[in-house]
Amino acid sequence: MIRASVALARRALLNALRRPQFLAPLVIFPTFFLAVNVGGLSRTTDLPGFPQVDGFLDFQLGAAIVQSLLLGGVSAGIAVALEIEGGFFDRLAASPIPRISIVAGRLLAAGAIALGQIIYFLILGLIFGASIKGGVLGVLIVMVIGVLAGIGFGAVGVLLALKARNASTVQGIFPLVFVVLFISSAFFPRNLLSSPADVIADYNPLSYVADGLRDPIISTVSAAPVLEGIAAAGGIALVFSGLAVLALRGRLGNA
Amino acid sequence: MRTSLRTIGALVRRALNEIVRVPGAAIPGVLAPTIFMLGLSSVFGAADELRGFTADDFRTYIVPVGLLQGAGFTGAATGVNLARDIEGGWFDRLLLCPAPRLTLLLGIVGSAALRGLLPATFLFLVAMALGVPFPGVDGLILAILLIAGLASAMAFFSVSVALRFRTQQAAPLMQIASFSAILFTTAYAPKELLTDWLRAIATINPVTHVLEGVRQGFVADVTWGETWPALLAIAGMLALFGAVATRGLRRFGT
Repeated sequence: MIRASVALARRALLNALRRPQFLAPLVIFPTFFLAVNVGGLSRTTDLPGFPQVDGFLDFQLGAAIVQSLLLGGVSAGIAVALEIEGGFFDRLAASPIPRISIVAGRLLAAGAIALGQIIYFLILGLIFGASIKGGVLGVLIVMVIGVLAGIGFGAVGVLLALKARNASTVQGIFPLVFVVLFISSAFFPRNLLSSPADVIADYNPLSYVADGLRDPIISTVSAAPVLEGIAAAGGIALVFSGLAVLALRGRLGNA
Repeated sequence: MRTSLRTIGALVRRALNEIVRVPGAAIPGVLAPTIFMLGLSSVFGAADELRGFTADDFRTYIVPVGLLQGAGFTGAATGVNLARDIEGGWFDRLLLCPAPRLTLLLGIVGSAALRGLLPATFLFLVAMALGVPFPGVDGLILAILLIAGLASAMAFFSVSVALRFRTQQAAPLMQIASFSAILFTTAYAPKELLTDWLRAIATINPVTHVLEGVRQGFVADVTWGETWPALLAIAGMLALFGAVATRGLRRFGT
Protein backbone atom coordinates (compact mmCIF):
# COMPACT_ATOMS: atom_id res chain seq x y z
CA MET A 1 0.00 0.00 0.00
CA ILE A 2 2.80 2.41 0.92
CA ARG A 3 4.67 1.79 -2.36
CA ALA A 4 1.53 2.36 -4.40
CA SER A 5 0.68 5.51 -2.43
CA VAL A 6 4.19 6.93 -2.88
CA ALA A 7 4.17 6.11 -6.60
CA LEU A 8 0.80 7.85 -7.05
CA ALA A 9 2.00 10.81 -4.97
CA ARG A 10 5.07 11.13 -7.21
CA ARG A 11 2.86 11.02 -10.28
CA ALA A 12 0.55 13.71 -8.88
CA LEU A 13 3.54 15.89 -7.94
CA LEU A 14 5.17 15.53 -11.37
CA ASN A 15 1.86 16.38 -13.02
CA ALA A 16 1.60 19.52 -10.89
CA LEU A 17 5.20 20.59 -11.51
CA ARG A 18 4.85 20.11 -15.26
CA ARG A 19 1.91 22.53 -15.31
CA PRO A 20 3.18 25.51 -13.31
CA GLN A 21 0.31 27.60 -14.68
CA PHE A 22 -1.95 25.65 -12.30
CA LEU A 23 0.47 25.84 -9.36
CA ALA A 24 1.32 29.54 -9.65
CA PRO A 25 -2.15 30.87 -8.68
CA LEU A 26 -1.84 29.00 -5.36
CA VAL A 27 0.79 31.49 -4.26
CA ILE A 28 0.18 34.46 -6.55
CA PHE A 29 -3.31 35.35 -5.32
CA PRO A 30 -2.42 35.07 -1.60
CA THR A 31 0.75 37.08 -2.25
CA PHE A 32 -1.27 39.88 -3.81
CA PHE A 33 -3.73 39.79 -0.92
CA LEU A 34 -0.87 39.85 1.54
CA ALA A 35 0.61 42.89 -0.18
CA VAL A 36 -2.70 44.77 -0.32
CA ASN A 37 -3.66 43.94 3.27
CA VAL A 38 -0.27 44.94 4.63
CA GLY A 39 -0.01 48.06 2.47
CA GLY A 40 -3.54 49.23 3.19
CA LEU A 41 -4.10 48.29 6.80
CA SER A 42 -0.70 48.32 8.50
CA ARG A 43 -1.89 51.09 10.87
CA THR A 44 -4.49 48.75 12.35
CA THR A 45 -1.81 47.35 14.66
CA ASP A 46 -2.33 50.62 16.61
CA LEU A 47 -5.95 49.68 17.39
CA PRO A 48 -6.71 48.98 21.05
CA GLY A 49 -6.83 45.21 21.57
CA PHE A 50 -4.47 44.34 18.72
CA PRO A 51 -1.83 41.86 19.93
CA GLN A 52 1.77 43.02 20.31
CA VAL A 53 3.46 42.45 16.91
CA ASP A 54 6.52 43.84 15.16
CA GLY A 55 4.44 44.62 12.10
CA PHE A 56 1.23 43.79 10.25
CA LEU A 57 3.21 41.61 7.82
CA ASP A 58 4.17 39.27 10.68
CA PHE A 59 0.49 39.01 11.62
CA GLN A 60 -0.71 38.45 8.05
CA LEU A 61 1.82 35.76 7.09
CA GLY A 62 -0.28 33.04 8.76
CA ALA A 63 -3.37 34.24 6.88
CA ALA A 64 -1.54 34.10 3.55
CA ILE A 65 -0.37 30.56 4.29
CA VAL A 66 -3.89 29.37 5.20
CA GLN A 67 -5.35 31.03 2.11
CA SER A 68 -2.73 29.42 -0.11
CA LEU A 69 -3.30 25.99 1.46
CA LEU A 70 -7.07 26.28 0.91
CA LEU A 71 -6.46 27.07 -2.76
CA GLY A 72 -4.18 24.02 -2.82
CA GLY A 73 -7.15 21.95 -1.64
CA VAL A 74 -9.30 23.30 -4.51
CA SER A 75 -6.46 22.52 -6.92
CA ALA A 76 -6.16 18.92 -5.64
CA GLY A 77 -9.90 18.49 -6.09
CA ILE A 78 -9.78 19.84 -9.65
CA ALA A 79 -6.91 17.45 -10.49
CA VAL A 80 -8.94 14.44 -9.28
CA ALA A 81 -12.08 15.66 -11.07
CA LEU A 82 -10.13 16.00 -14.33
CA GLU A 83 -8.86 12.42 -13.89
CA ILE A 84 -12.45 11.26 -13.38
CA GLU A 85 -13.65 13.19 -16.45
CA GLY A 86 -10.76 11.90 -18.57
CA GLY A 87 -11.30 8.26 -17.58
CA PHE A 88 -7.88 7.82 -15.93
CA PHE A 89 -9.50 7.40 -12.52
CA ASP A 90 -11.49 4.38 -13.71
CA ARG A 91 -8.34 2.73 -15.08
CA LEU A 92 -6.64 3.43 -11.74
CA ALA A 93 -9.52 1.86 -9.84
CA ALA A 94 -9.26 -1.25 -12.03
CA SER A 95 -5.52 -1.65 -11.34
CA PRO A 96 -4.30 -4.14 -8.67
CA ILE A 97 -3.52 -1.57 -5.95
CA PRO A 98 -5.26 -0.95 -2.61
CA ARG A 99 -8.03 1.56 -3.18
CA ILE A 100 -6.97 3.58 -0.19
CA SER A 101 -3.69 4.30 -2.02
CA ILE A 102 -5.59 6.32 -4.61
CA VAL A 103 -6.65 8.82 -1.94
CA ALA A 104 -3.44 8.50 0.11
CA GLY A 105 -1.23 9.20 -2.93
CA ARG A 106 -3.14 12.37 -3.77
CA LEU A 107 -3.01 13.56 -0.15
CA LEU A 108 0.73 12.87 0.17
CA ALA A 109 1.23 15.05 -2.90
CA ALA A 110 -1.00 17.73 -1.34
CA GLY A 111 1.19 17.62 1.79
CA ALA A 112 4.39 18.01 -0.27
CA ILE A 113 2.93 20.95 -2.21
CA ALA A 114 1.78 22.48 1.10
CA LEU A 115 5.37 22.30 2.39
CA GLY A 116 6.52 24.19 -0.71
CA GLN A 117 3.81 26.84 -0.18
CA ILE A 118 4.82 27.32 3.48
CA ILE A 119 8.51 27.68 2.61
CA TYR A 120 7.63 30.21 -0.11
CA PHE A 121 5.67 32.44 2.30
CA LEU A 122 8.22 32.20 5.10
CA ILE A 123 11.01 33.24 2.73
CA LEU A 124 8.82 36.02 1.26
CA GLY A 125 8.08 37.27 4.78
CA LEU A 126 11.74 37.26 5.78
CA ILE A 127 12.72 39.12 2.60
CA PHE A 128 10.17 41.87 3.32
CA GLY A 129 11.11 42.35 6.95
CA ALA A 130 9.07 39.86 8.96
CA SER A 131 10.73 37.95 11.74
CA ILE A 132 9.94 34.52 13.09
CA LYS A 133 10.02 34.96 16.83
CA GLY A 134 9.77 31.22 17.52
CA GLY A 135 13.09 30.57 15.78
CA VAL A 136 13.89 27.19 14.24
CA LEU A 137 11.36 25.44 16.50
CA GLY A 138 8.76 27.95 15.40
CA VAL A 139 9.50 27.25 11.72
CA LEU A 140 9.14 23.50 12.33
CA ILE A 141 5.82 24.01 14.09
CA VAL A 142 4.53 26.16 11.23
CA MET A 143 5.54 23.41 8.82
CA VAL A 144 3.84 20.65 10.85
CA ILE A 145 0.55 22.55 11.22
CA GLY A 146 0.70 23.74 7.60
CA VAL A 147 1.36 20.31 6.12
CA LEU A 148 -1.42 18.74 8.21
CA ALA A 149 -3.79 21.51 7.09
CA GLY A 150 -2.65 21.10 3.46
CA ILE A 151 -3.46 17.39 3.62
CA GLY A 152 -6.81 18.17 5.24
CA PHE A 153 -7.80 20.77 2.63
CA GLY A 154 -6.58 18.38 -0.10
CA ALA A 155 -8.90 15.74 1.36
CA VAL A 156 -11.82 18.21 1.23
CA GLY A 157 -11.02 18.82 -2.46
CA VAL A 158 -10.77 15.07 -3.21
CA LEU A 159 -14.05 14.44 -1.39
CA LEU A 160 -15.81 17.12 -3.42
CA ALA A 161 -14.34 15.79 -6.67
CA LEU A 162 -15.49 12.25 -5.89
CA LYS A 163 -18.98 13.50 -5.12
CA ALA A 164 -19.30 16.07 -7.95
CA ARG A 165 -17.30 14.15 -10.61
CA ASN A 166 -16.63 17.26 -12.68
CA ALA A 167 -13.97 19.95 -12.48
CA SER A 168 -16.24 22.96 -13.01
CA THR A 169 -18.26 22.15 -9.89
CA VAL A 170 -15.10 21.86 -7.81
CA GLN A 171 -13.87 25.13 -9.36
CA GLY A 172 -17.18 26.68 -8.30
CA ILE A 173 -16.30 26.33 -4.60
CA PHE A 174 -13.50 28.89 -5.07
CA PRO A 175 -15.58 31.77 -3.59
CA LEU A 176 -16.38 29.56 -0.59
CA VAL A 177 -12.67 29.52 0.25
CA PHE A 178 -12.98 33.21 1.00
CA VAL A 179 -16.21 32.78 2.92
CA VAL A 180 -14.66 30.32 5.39
CA LEU A 181 -11.58 32.53 5.66
CA PHE A 182 -13.60 35.68 6.35
CA ILE A 183 -15.48 34.00 9.20
CA SER A 184 -12.25 32.98 10.91
CA SER A 185 -9.52 34.87 12.76
CA ALA A 186 -7.09 34.31 9.86
CA PHE A 187 -6.92 37.97 8.81
CA PHE A 188 -7.59 39.87 12.03
CA PRO A 189 -7.61 39.26 15.79
CA ARG A 190 -10.79 37.55 16.95
CA ASN A 191 -11.59 40.28 19.50
CA LEU A 192 -11.60 42.93 16.74
CA LEU A 193 -13.87 41.12 14.28
CA SER A 194 -17.36 42.53 13.71
CA SER A 195 -20.41 40.61 14.86
CA PRO A 196 -21.39 37.88 13.94
CA ALA A 197 -18.01 36.97 12.41
CA ASP A 198 -16.40 37.10 15.88
CA VAL A 199 -18.83 34.50 17.27
CA ILE A 200 -18.60 32.21 14.23
CA ALA A 201 -14.80 32.46 14.28
CA ASP A 202 -14.80 30.86 17.74
CA TYR A 203 -16.34 27.71 16.23
CA ASN A 204 -14.43 27.75 12.93
CA PRO A 205 -11.51 25.27 13.03
CA LEU A 206 -9.73 27.48 10.51
CA SER A 207 -9.31 30.09 13.26
CA TYR A 208 -7.31 27.62 15.31
CA VAL A 209 -5.21 26.56 12.30
CA ALA A 210 -4.45 30.22 11.54
CA ASP A 211 -3.71 31.09 15.18
CA GLY A 212 -1.45 28.02 15.47
CA LEU A 213 0.48 29.07 12.36
CA ARG A 214 0.68 32.69 13.52
CA ASP A 215 1.75 32.20 17.10
CA PRO A 216 5.31 30.94 16.41
CA ILE A 217 5.75 33.82 13.93
CA ILE A 218 4.66 36.73 16.15
CA SER A 219 5.83 35.44 19.56
CA THR A 220 7.88 32.79 21.25
CA VAL A 221 6.24 29.39 21.03
CA SER A 222 3.33 29.02 23.44
CA ALA A 223 1.70 25.66 24.07
CA ALA A 224 -2.03 26.47 23.85
CA PRO A 225 -2.33 27.98 20.32
CA VAL A 226 0.19 25.51 18.90
CA LEU A 227 -1.56 22.46 20.34
CA GLU A 228 -4.96 23.82 19.27
CA GLY A 229 -3.55 24.43 15.80
CA ILE A 230 -2.16 20.90 15.55
CA ALA A 231 -5.43 19.44 16.84
CA ALA A 232 -7.55 21.50 14.40
CA ALA A 233 -5.34 20.79 11.37
CA GLY A 234 -4.93 17.12 12.32
CA GLY A 235 -8.67 16.80 12.94
CA ILE A 236 -9.52 18.27 9.52
CA ALA A 237 -6.98 15.91 7.89
CA LEU A 238 -8.29 12.84 9.72
CA VAL A 239 -12.01 13.49 9.27
CA PHE A 240 -11.90 14.52 5.61
CA SER A 241 -9.37 11.82 4.61
CA GLY A 242 -11.75 9.27 6.12
CA LEU A 243 -14.72 10.80 4.31
CA ALA A 244 -12.76 10.85 1.03
CA VAL A 245 -11.94 7.13 1.39
CA LEU A 246 -15.59 6.39 2.14
CA ALA A 247 -16.66 8.45 -0.88
CA LEU A 248 -14.22 6.50 -3.06
CA ARG A 249 -15.62 3.20 -1.80
CA GLY A 250 -19.13 4.45 -2.45
CA ARG A 251 -18.23 5.58 -5.96
CA LEU A 252 -16.54 2.30 -6.85
CA GLY A 253 -19.41 0.38 -5.29
CA ASN A 254 -21.87 2.23 -7.52
CA ALA A 255 -19.74 1.80 -10.64
CA MET B 1 -23.48 52.20 -39.69
CA ARG B 2 -26.87 50.60 -39.03
CA THR B 3 -25.48 47.18 -40.02
CA SER B 4 -22.58 47.66 -37.63
CA LEU B 5 -24.96 48.54 -34.80
CA ARG B 6 -27.03 45.43 -35.54
CA THR B 7 -23.88 43.28 -35.46
CA ILE B 8 -22.79 44.84 -32.16
CA GLY B 9 -26.28 44.25 -30.77
CA ALA B 10 -26.21 40.60 -31.86
CA LEU B 11 -22.84 40.00 -30.18
CA VAL B 12 -24.01 41.71 -27.00
CA ARG B 13 -27.17 39.57 -26.98
CA ARG B 14 -25.09 36.42 -27.48
CA ALA B 15 -23.00 37.26 -24.41
CA LEU B 16 -26.08 38.15 -22.36
CA ASN B 17 -27.79 34.91 -23.42
CA GLU B 18 -24.93 33.01 -21.80
CA ILE B 19 -25.98 34.44 -18.42
CA VAL B 20 -29.57 33.26 -18.86
CA ARG B 21 -28.78 29.89 -20.46
CA VAL B 22 -25.71 28.95 -18.39
CA PRO B 23 -26.45 30.67 -15.05
CA GLY B 24 -24.12 28.30 -13.16
CA ALA B 25 -21.13 29.86 -14.91
CA ALA B 26 -22.23 33.40 -14.03
CA ILE B 27 -23.17 32.88 -10.38
CA PRO B 28 -19.62 32.85 -8.90
CA GLY B 29 -18.79 36.11 -10.70
CA VAL B 30 -21.98 37.72 -9.42
CA LEU B 31 -21.58 36.53 -5.84
CA ALA B 32 -17.82 37.01 -5.41
CA PRO B 33 -17.79 40.85 -5.07
CA THR B 34 -20.59 40.70 -2.49
CA ILE B 35 -18.79 37.97 -0.55
CA PHE B 36 -15.67 40.14 -0.57
CA MET B 37 -17.59 43.20 0.57
CA LEU B 38 -19.30 41.36 3.41
CA GLY B 39 -16.13 39.49 4.39
CA LEU B 40 -13.79 42.47 4.30
CA SER B 41 -16.19 44.64 6.28
CA SER B 42 -16.64 41.90 8.92
CA VAL B 43 -12.92 41.30 9.23
CA PHE B 44 -11.43 44.76 8.90
CA GLY B 45 -14.44 46.77 10.14
CA ALA B 46 -12.49 48.10 13.12
CA ALA B 47 -10.21 50.00 10.72
CA ASP B 48 -12.77 52.84 10.66
CA GLU B 49 -11.67 53.68 14.22
CA LEU B 50 -8.27 54.76 12.91
CA ARG B 51 -7.56 58.48 13.05
CA GLY B 52 -7.68 59.88 9.52
CA PHE B 53 -10.26 57.42 8.20
CA THR B 54 -12.65 59.37 5.96
CA ALA B 55 -15.90 57.38 6.29
CA ASP B 56 -18.27 56.74 9.16
CA ASP B 57 -18.01 53.00 8.73
CA PHE B 58 -15.76 50.58 6.87
CA ARG B 59 -18.61 48.83 5.03
CA THR B 60 -19.68 52.05 3.31
CA TYR B 61 -16.05 52.72 2.44
CA ILE B 62 -15.54 49.25 0.92
CA VAL B 63 -18.81 49.03 -1.11
CA PRO B 64 -17.37 50.94 -4.12
CA VAL B 65 -14.42 48.51 -4.15
CA GLY B 66 -16.86 45.62 -4.53
CA LEU B 67 -18.72 47.44 -7.30
CA LEU B 68 -15.48 47.90 -9.25
CA GLN B 69 -14.34 44.33 -8.49
CA GLY B 70 -17.47 43.07 -10.22
CA ALA B 71 -16.57 45.22 -13.24
CA GLY B 72 -12.99 43.91 -13.17
CA PHE B 73 -14.05 40.26 -12.93
CA THR B 74 -16.49 40.78 -15.81
CA GLY B 75 -13.80 42.37 -17.95
CA ALA B 76 -11.44 39.46 -17.28
CA ALA B 77 -14.22 36.93 -17.98
CA THR B 78 -14.79 38.58 -21.37
CA GLY B 79 -11.19 37.80 -22.30
CA VAL B 80 -11.46 34.23 -20.99
CA ASN B 81 -14.64 33.69 -23.02
CA LEU B 82 -12.93 35.03 -26.14
CA ALA B 83 -9.97 32.67 -25.55
CA ARG B 84 -12.50 29.82 -25.28
CA ASP B 85 -14.07 30.89 -28.59
CA ILE B 86 -10.63 31.07 -30.22
CA GLU B 87 -9.71 27.58 -28.94
CA GLY B 88 -13.02 26.16 -30.14
CA GLY B 89 -12.71 27.69 -33.62
CA TRP B 90 -15.86 29.82 -33.25
CA PHE B 91 -13.90 33.09 -33.41
CA ASP B 92 -12.31 32.09 -36.74
CA ARG B 93 -15.78 31.63 -38.19
CA LEU B 94 -16.83 34.99 -36.73
CA LEU B 95 -13.91 36.68 -38.49
CA LEU B 96 -15.17 35.32 -41.81
CA CYS B 97 -18.43 37.25 -41.51
CA PRO B 98 -18.63 40.47 -43.57
CA ALA B 99 -18.35 42.86 -40.64
CA PRO B 100 -15.46 45.22 -39.83
CA ARG B 101 -13.19 43.86 -37.12
CA LEU B 102 -13.72 46.98 -35.02
CA THR B 103 -17.44 46.21 -35.00
CA LEU B 104 -16.75 42.70 -33.69
CA LEU B 105 -14.51 44.12 -30.98
CA LEU B 106 -17.13 46.67 -29.90
CA GLY B 107 -19.74 43.92 -29.71
CA ILE B 108 -17.56 41.81 -27.43
CA VAL B 109 -16.63 44.74 -25.19
CA GLY B 110 -20.15 46.21 -25.20
CA SER B 111 -21.42 43.02 -23.61
CA ALA B 112 -18.87 43.45 -20.80
CA ALA B 113 -20.19 46.94 -20.06
CA LEU B 114 -23.69 45.54 -19.50
CA ARG B 115 -22.62 42.34 -17.74
CA GLY B 116 -20.51 44.37 -15.29
CA LEU B 117 -23.72 45.91 -13.97
CA LEU B 118 -25.10 42.53 -12.88
CA PRO B 119 -22.75 41.86 -9.91
CA ALA B 120 -22.88 45.59 -9.14
CA THR B 121 -26.69 45.56 -8.91
CA PHE B 122 -26.68 42.52 -6.63
CA LEU B 123 -24.02 44.02 -4.38
CA PHE B 124 -25.75 47.41 -4.31
CA LEU B 125 -29.06 45.84 -3.21
CA VAL B 126 -27.33 43.82 -0.46
CA ALA B 127 -25.47 46.95 0.69
CA MET B 128 -28.68 48.99 0.79
CA ALA B 129 -30.39 46.21 2.78
CA LEU B 130 -27.52 46.36 5.28
CA GLY B 131 -27.95 50.09 5.80
CA VAL B 132 -25.25 51.55 3.57
CA PRO B 133 -26.43 55.09 2.70
CA PHE B 134 -27.93 55.75 -0.76
CA PRO B 135 -25.36 57.63 -2.87
CA GLY B 136 -27.96 59.97 -4.38
CA VAL B 137 -29.28 59.88 -7.95
CA ASP B 138 -26.23 61.72 -9.28
CA GLY B 139 -23.88 59.41 -7.37
CA LEU B 140 -25.71 56.34 -8.64
CA ILE B 141 -25.67 57.47 -12.28
CA LEU B 142 -21.98 58.31 -12.03
CA ALA B 143 -21.28 54.92 -10.42
CA ILE B 144 -23.11 53.10 -13.25
CA LEU B 145 -21.12 55.03 -15.86
CA LEU B 146 -17.80 54.33 -14.16
CA ILE B 147 -18.58 50.64 -13.54
CA ALA B 148 -19.58 50.10 -17.19
CA GLY B 149 -16.51 52.07 -18.28
CA LEU B 150 -14.11 50.07 -16.13
CA ALA B 151 -15.67 46.76 -17.24
CA SER B 152 -15.11 47.87 -20.85
CA ALA B 153 -11.52 48.98 -20.23
CA MET B 154 -10.68 45.69 -18.49
CA ALA B 155 -12.45 43.80 -21.29
CA PHE B 156 -10.29 45.60 -23.89
CA PHE B 157 -7.20 44.61 -21.90
CA SER B 158 -8.31 40.96 -21.48
CA VAL B 159 -9.27 40.72 -25.14
CA SER B 160 -5.73 41.87 -26.04
CA VAL B 161 -4.30 39.13 -23.83
CA ALA B 162 -6.66 36.52 -25.32
CA LEU B 163 -5.73 37.56 -28.87
CA ARG B 164 -2.04 37.39 -27.98
CA PHE B 165 -1.99 34.01 -26.16
CA ARG B 166 -5.07 32.38 -27.76
CA THR B 167 -5.64 30.04 -24.80
CA GLN B 168 -7.77 30.00 -21.66
CA GLN B 169 -4.58 29.21 -19.72
CA ALA B 170 -3.89 32.96 -19.89
CA ALA B 171 -6.93 33.50 -17.61
CA PRO B 172 -4.86 34.09 -14.42
CA LEU B 173 -2.99 36.89 -16.21
CA MET B 174 -6.27 38.64 -17.01
CA GLN B 175 -7.70 38.08 -13.51
CA ILE B 176 -4.56 39.17 -11.68
CA ALA B 177 -4.33 42.35 -13.76
CA SER B 178 -7.89 43.39 -12.92
CA PHE B 179 -7.51 42.31 -9.29
CA SER B 180 -4.32 44.36 -8.83
CA ALA B 181 -5.61 47.39 -10.72
CA ILE B 182 -8.53 47.69 -8.30
CA LEU B 183 -6.87 46.74 -5.02
CA PHE B 184 -3.59 48.65 -5.42
CA THR B 185 -5.52 51.86 -4.86
CA THR B 186 -7.15 53.51 -1.87
CA ALA B 187 -9.35 50.39 -1.67
CA TYR B 188 -8.90 49.76 2.06
CA ALA B 189 -7.96 53.13 3.46
CA PRO B 190 -7.41 56.80 2.52
CA LYS B 191 -4.04 57.60 0.97
CA GLU B 192 -2.73 59.14 4.20
CA LEU B 193 -3.08 55.79 6.00
CA LEU B 194 -1.41 53.64 3.33
CA THR B 195 2.19 52.49 3.58
CA ASP B 196 4.60 54.53 1.47
CA TRP B 197 4.96 51.98 -1.36
CA LEU B 198 1.20 51.46 -1.73
CA ARG B 199 0.57 55.21 -1.56
CA ALA B 200 3.05 55.68 -4.41
CA ILE B 201 1.31 53.03 -6.55
CA ALA B 202 -2.16 54.34 -5.68
CA THR B 203 -1.10 57.86 -6.71
CA ILE B 204 -0.12 56.81 -10.24
CA ASN B 205 -2.82 54.15 -10.63
CA PRO B 206 -5.67 55.68 -12.68
CA VAL B 207 -8.18 53.28 -11.09
CA THR B 208 -7.72 55.20 -7.81
CA HIS B 209 -9.51 58.16 -9.45
CA VAL B 210 -12.27 55.86 -10.71
CA LEU B 211 -12.69 54.36 -7.23
CA GLU B 212 -12.83 57.78 -5.58
CA GLY B 213 -15.33 58.88 -8.23
CA VAL B 214 -17.66 55.99 -7.34
CA ARG B 215 -17.01 56.37 -3.60
CA GLN B 216 -17.79 60.10 -3.30
CA GLY B 217 -21.57 59.60 -3.42
CA PHE B 218 -21.43 56.99 -0.67
CA VAL B 219 -19.26 58.88 1.81
CA ALA B 220 -20.13 62.53 0.96
CA ASP B 221 -21.64 64.63 -1.83
CA VAL B 222 -20.81 64.31 -5.53
CA THR B 223 -18.53 67.11 -6.65
CA TRP B 224 -17.11 68.02 -10.05
CA GLY B 225 -13.64 68.09 -8.48
CA GLU B 226 -13.84 64.33 -7.73
CA THR B 227 -15.82 63.52 -10.89
CA TRP B 228 -13.68 64.83 -13.72
CA PRO B 229 -10.49 62.91 -12.73
CA ALA B 230 -12.57 59.70 -12.67
CA LEU B 231 -14.06 60.37 -16.11
CA LEU B 232 -10.67 61.35 -17.50
CA ALA B 233 -9.07 58.18 -16.08
CA ILE B 234 -11.77 55.97 -17.64
CA ALA B 235 -11.47 57.77 -20.98
CA GLY B 236 -7.69 57.34 -20.92
CA MET B 237 -7.89 53.61 -20.11
CA LEU B 238 -10.54 53.03 -22.77
CA ALA B 239 -8.42 54.85 -25.37
CA LEU B 240 -5.20 53.04 -24.45
CA PHE B 241 -6.54 49.50 -24.03
CA GLY B 242 -8.97 49.99 -26.93
CA ALA B 243 -6.08 50.90 -29.23
CA VAL B 244 -4.04 47.87 -28.08
CA ALA B 245 -7.00 45.51 -28.58
CA THR B 246 -7.77 46.98 -32.02
CA ARG B 247 -4.16 46.47 -33.04
CA GLY B 248 -4.22 42.89 -31.71
CA LEU B 249 -7.40 42.11 -33.63
CA ARG B 250 -6.03 43.60 -36.86
CA ARG B 251 -2.94 41.38 -36.57
CA PHE B 252 -4.93 38.28 -35.59
CA GLY B 253 -4.74 35.60 -38.28
CA THR B 254 -2.60 37.67 -40.67
